[in-house]
Amino acid sequence: MTPVATPFFFYFLSAIALLSGLAVITQKNPVHSALALIMTLLSLAGLYLMLYAPFVAGVQIILYAGGIMVLFLFVIMLVSIEKSSREYQFNHQWHVAALATAVLGGLLIYVYVRGRGIFPNREAVLPETLNTQQVSLHLFNDYLLPFEIASLLLLVAIVGAVVMAKKRI
Amino acid sequence: MPLSQYILIAVVKIAIALFVLLTACAYVVLAERKLIARMQNRWGPTRVGPFGFLQPLADGLKFILKEDLIPSHVYKPLYIAAPMLSLTLALTAIAVIPIGQSVTIGNANIPLQITDVNIALLIILGLTSVGVYGIALAGWASNSKYSLLGSLRASAQMISYELALGLSLIGVLIGAGSFSLREIVNSQAGWHWNLWYRGQFVAFFVYLMAAFAETNRVPFDLPEAETELVAGYHTEYSAMKFAMFFVAEYANMFTVACLATLLFLGGWDGPVFGPAWLMVVLPVLWFVLKVILFIFVYIWIRGTLPRFRYDQLMAFGWKFLLPLALANILITSLVIGLTA
Repeated sequence: MTPVATPFFFYFLSAIALLSGLAVITQKNPVHSALALIMTLLSLAGLYLMLYAPFVAGVQIILYAGGIMVLFLFVIMLVSIEKSSREYQFNHQWHVAALATAVLGGLLIYVYVRGRGIFPNREAVLPETLNTQQVSLHLFNDYLLPFEIASLLLLVAIVGAVVMAKKRI
Repeated sequence: MPLSQYILIAVVKIAIALFVLLTACAYVVLAERKLIARMQNRWGPTRVGPFGFLQPLADGLKFILKEDLIPSHVYKPLYIAAPMLSLTLALTAIAVIPIGQSVTIGNANIPLQITDVNIALLIILGLTSVGVYGIALAGWASNSKYSLLGSLRASAQMISYELALGLSLIGVLIGAGSFSLREIVNSQAGWHWNLWYRGQFVAFFVYLMAAFAETNRVPFDLPEAETELVAGYHTEYSAMKFAMFFVAEYANMFTVACLATLLFLGGWDGPVFGPAWLMVVLPVLWFVLKVILFIFVYIWIRGTLPRFRYDQLMAFGWKFLLPLALANILITSLVIGLTA
């Protein structure tokens, strides 16, 4: 099957991602924020799928939407919602925030205008069926050291969390 | 194939699959009640229809006709959305499960699967992991202590056992070299079932245990332990909303049973003989029989084992199943690396 209505899906998913991303920071109830964040992550998975990266899309759903966000929600459900929803939502550091936003926005506009020369041309996409195999080949041949370093860092983080959480091991 | 024909075939396949799945769910409930009753020396339902065979119909009607109570203290939008989410995600998983090779009608070669995607296994894992939200949100939105405790237990249990479940599949994946369920089944053709041919019986054991926990079945049904939590996360639900959770649970049972069949028992592989039409029907029959076998094991275990204690549940998942699954990956990849 050739792709159908690609622009529609792109704008549809992008709109969901942006709107729910906005809802994450504007909602007063933390559970609503968490749900909006889940929507953002799921629509990003859809965008990955449109870039012919089904493996990344699947892992995005399993890890972020299915793993990490469940733990977020888990913690939020244990916190008293009434108290936190009465508190003032924005703190007084908006000068810093505005500066950071300006810098980031400038960077994005620069990449948008001049980006054609920065990135290598990747228009020729791999066949969808080979995506998983290609990811693993690159991971275990070209990027083996970074991959191992990342896994070691995660292991350190796990052990550190256990040590901090448990007084007596 | 023109687009209109493609869409028509897809819609027909979805309608058939949903009808079969929902009917099967209804009749598995009846089979469970009958079998459990026999194990406990009772009769089970006998009144509606011959041998009680119309009982699911009566149950369904009752669920629809009962008053749909929404308690005043719940958080309404999520309270209503939670059962829908549970049911939708549970039913979606059937879309990527193949039940046989393919049939040729007219000029169209139709695979016996709603959609053949090459990350089918990842999609099913993703759907089960996102399925936690239905339960978690139901407990939170119900605004009741029993519901919240039940849903907290369910979330913790599902996250813990998802790890063992996912890791137990790696051995199979290394052997087949693909996430596509169809290719995994094809790699086991000719009695080369993963259960023995690639020595994945340890993985099979881990998968079975983790799957029981994922579907909240006895002996892992702590989220709805009626002696301590009334009914767990669906305490505040009534009528059709309760039925949606109920059907979702049974649909999930079917999903994990189908997955076990496809990954470890060779899918539709089995003796095939006779005329052309029989060659098409027999593989589907073998597949269905294997799935029914798993469903029977579910019911059998429910009639046999008592419930775990919560600390036993966590210790079993993290200290026994997870190391076992890791050791299985290590040994499988070592064997494949040395023999390949």
